[in-house]
Amino acid sequence: MLAEDLAKQQRSISVAEFFEKNKHLLGFDSPTRGIITTIKEAVDNSLDACEEAQVLPDIFVAVTRLDKDVFRIVVEDNGPGIVPENVPFVFGKLLYGSRFHQIRQSRGQQGIGISAAVLYAQLTTGVPTKVISRTSARKPAHYFELMITTETNDPDIRAHREIEWDRMHGTRVEIEFKATLAAKKRLLDYLRYTAVVNPHARIRGEIDGEPCTFERVSDEVPPCPKAIAPHPHGIEFGLLKRMAEASDAKLGEFLIEGFSRVGAKSAEEILHVAGLKGTKKASSLSSQELKSLLDAMQAVQVPPPPASQCLSPIGEELIVQGIEKEYPVDFIKAKTRKSSVYSGHPFIVEAALAYGGKLPAEGQAQMLRFANRVPLLYQQGACAITNAVSGVNWKAYNLSQQGLPAGPVMVLVHVASTNVPFTSESKDAVAAIPEIEKEVTLALQELGRELKTYLNRRDRSRQQEDRARAICAIIPDIAAKVCEIVEQPVVDTAPLEGRIMRRLVAKKRTLDGQVEISVHNYTAKPVSLSLSLLSPDAAQDAIPKPDFVDRVGDDYTKVWKCALEPETSWTARYAGNGGGTLDVRGVDDRVKVVVDLDV
Amino acid sequence: MSRKTTDALAEKQLVGIARFWYDQMRGGDLPSISMPTRTKQNIAYDDESGVWKYGERESTRSAGSAKSALHILKMAYVIGFLKQQLRENRSSTLRELYYISEGWKKAKFAAQDESNLLIEDMEILTELSREAFHLRPEEDGASVYGPLKLREQTRRGEREIHCQEDVGEAGYPIPNNVENVEFLEHDAKFVIAIETGGMYARLMENGFDEEYGAILVHLKGQPARSTRRALKKMNEDLGLPLAVFTDGDPWSYRIFGSIAYGSIKAAHMSELLATPGAQFVGVQPSDISDYNLPSDALTEGDIAALKAELTDPRFDTDYWKKQITLQLQMKLKSEQQAFASRGLDFVTKEYLPTRLSEMGIL
Repeated sequence: MLAEDLAKQQRSISVAEFFEKNKHLLGFDSPTRGIITTIKEAVDNSLDACEEAQVLPDIFVAVTRLDKDVFRIVVEDNGPGIVPENVPFVFGKLLYGSRFHQIRQSRGQQGIGISAAVLYAQLTTGVPTKVISRTSARKPAHYFELMITTETNDPDIRAHREIEWDRMHGTRVEIEFKATLAAKKRLLDYLRYTAVVNPHARIRGEIDGEPCTFERVSDEVPPCPKAIAPHPHGIEFGLLKRMAEASDAKLGEFLIEGFSRVGAKSAEEILHVAGLKGTKKASSLSSQELKSLLDAMQAVQVPPPPASQCLSPIGEELIVQGIEKEYPVDFIKAKTRKSSVYSGHPFIVEAALAYGGKLPAEGQAQMLRFANRVPLLYQQGACAITNAVSGVNWKAYNLSQQGLPAGPVMVLVHVASTNVPFTSESKDAVAAIPEIEKEVTLALQELGRELKTYLNRRDRSRQQEDRARAICAIIPDIAAKVCEIVEQPVVDTAPLEGRIMRRLVAKKRTLDGQVEISVHNYTAKPVSLSLSLLSPDAAQDAIPKPDFVDRVGDDYTKVWKCALEPETSWTARYAGNGGGTLDVRGVDDRVKVVVDLDV
Repeated sequence: MSRKTTDALAEKQLVGIARFWYDQMRGGDLPSISMPTRTKQNIAYDDESGVWKYGERESTRSAGSAKSALHILKMAYVIGFLKQQLRENRSSTLRELYYISEGWKKAKFAAQDESNLLIEDMEILTELSREAFHLRPEEDGASVYGPLKLREQTRRGEREIHCQEDVGEAGYPIPNNVENVEFLEHDAKFVIAIETGGMYARLMENGFDEEYGAILVHLKGQPARSTRRALKKMNEDLGLPLAVFTDGDPWSYRIFGSIAYGSIKAAHMSELLATPGAQFVGVQPSDISDYNLPSDALTEGDIAALKAELTDPRFDTDYWKKQITLQLQMKLKSEQQAFASRGLDFVTKEYLPTRLSEMGIL
């Protein structure tokens, strides 16, 4: 009897019901994450759609507080829009999507994303989601109010009418749910990171009344990746079975047509290994035969899948532009690796290393992780990218390291693939795939070597400066004190300067209201140069007179021109308070030293 | 040597450094200084004097970088100051020197450690002790109690003192400049240096000094230079053997090490300060088990210190290797006052007489 009782309770579960109970799988596990997840899904969709339509994206994101813990999220784009018949399904049905079945790089994949936010809204506030979409200037815009019928996972259309809309084409979604803005900084980070890897997009935000804009720096829409046929190394039994059942071709043809990189020769070899005849109909294969076919497909050597069609890396130049527009840095280099393959899935790793500028000098490096141009914000510690970054011996590149490199460093890593291996459905961390980790390591090592070259060069010039400072500023004091002790007249340390420096030395010194600028030519060649000093002094009594004086606000730029034979010097003096900056032009950086003794 | 000649020598040596720089700069060279590197790896046993001194390794600092140039500038200011101090027959403390540098602009010291280290560098360069420059340390010297009569030249004239009859229970305090002390006569068989005040008082109360003819010296922890100099002088001038009685832990062995072999920080002064014939009484790790002394477990710091001593050239003898290895096995340490667990007289009636005769002192 018990079995019959149980049978009464046994029934199928709709995906909507399932996700209602398992919000964490979709990134809605906490009120702080809800806003970011929603915006992330909507922006991903917008960028993907714009790319497909080859439009330069113009995206507007707004978060408005309606009540203590109720927020309205608006995301609007200028994409191709969605045809009215499909709007209810895109927003009102979970697991409905256009990209899931295609093998190519895209941001959103599962198609749970935005409809999950609709579900979350109806669970927390009960307010239907409002959608406006328009596909072209010649067609009207359509307005929808949508909910999801959880029992059947079907859209529930609460309202639908044509309206006036100022956009020619595009989509706008407006969702209200319970959340908090505790993670506002992370949200802004997300928008900034998105702007970094999508330099062709213009993103405007209004987050809780605070406007922000991330301008585009590139007017080229990246090419839209094309879908490819599955690669024999990257296929699973279920898909193979479905493909075979749907095919009416003979086995040989089925392999050549249905899979990428399989030619007549590879097909023959696969069939030979599987012990199957090429003339057999694909749809007639038994499960056992399919199994041996699958084994043979994985065993036989096949060239890697054509990554250039289905993947769209950002490119070294655009990564550099993207970082430079958001972060002022002293050094930046990017590297796009050649495509590679794991388990039949093509992927490309790109990385960038930035140093100095306004990056915080203390603490661990700032990490920017991306998968298919989407920023990964959570679970940094569990991500294979982080592991690979920590695994590099940064000390070899003159950086300190505590796991991650430390100091004013930013590391960007982008993994593009037809199938990015995430650790979970919320798509926060890349799984530990040795092939991917190896590519990340190689890219970073290459960048590390370039950073080291930069740091060495910088240190050398600092050392030069330090030496110049010692020789020009401290040694005269040593000489004065030492001569006092040994009771001798003060030795002239100028020859010392010359011997050690063998350069053109320009000095500025202020003593008792007198500014003195002197230039010594310790090089072996005559030089002619112009000295320019920007400071608050007008220097009207200067001897010799400046060749040129220009007033800049409260300061004056004074320019002297002079020509110096080897072993000669030149001096100018005037009454003033000093300060400002001295600049020497017309002499190669390698043979000149400028010392400001007032600093 | 009279005070006048030592002052003249000090001035000559100091000005010599400045003269060296003067000549360098006249010749178009950057001023520089060469010094032995002051690390554990660079101390070596000197057969002639029987003490540990700095070895062959030298490092040269030239004024080619801002940091080194600044170091030399500071040294020049210190030399100028000391020269003047010697001429005016004044003296100052290390701390006063640090404050005086306040008026030296660029050459000002950032911390007292910096000026102290620089003075040690100057001792090495001039082969003189800082007392010769009329620089006094801050810390007190230790106390002496026993059958010894001495004469001290003080600023207020000469004083003759007997270290049992003319002093209170605190004993005779050793002055900063031991060169001003002259030993006149004694009735002692040996000198015993004691780490803690409690044990020093115990020996005094039990009349150990009278019964065995001992001069008691209270080290007050890590002994000051003047204390080490006084011990060395008693050993050398009076020909008395020196026994060192400390707690049984790695830090106390270092006290013994600095008395017997010299310290790493002042290895340039070893010849003046170290007493190569000094013998270690205890507490030995083997005493802890032999006498079943109350003990504490070694801390991680203790263990690390013991291990460091195993690689210290000063402790590279069979005796110390055996004792340190034994202690690392037992993982225990004991204080010298732990002997009180066997009665207040045990240390003076049993332990010390037995141990000192075993060592050949009694």
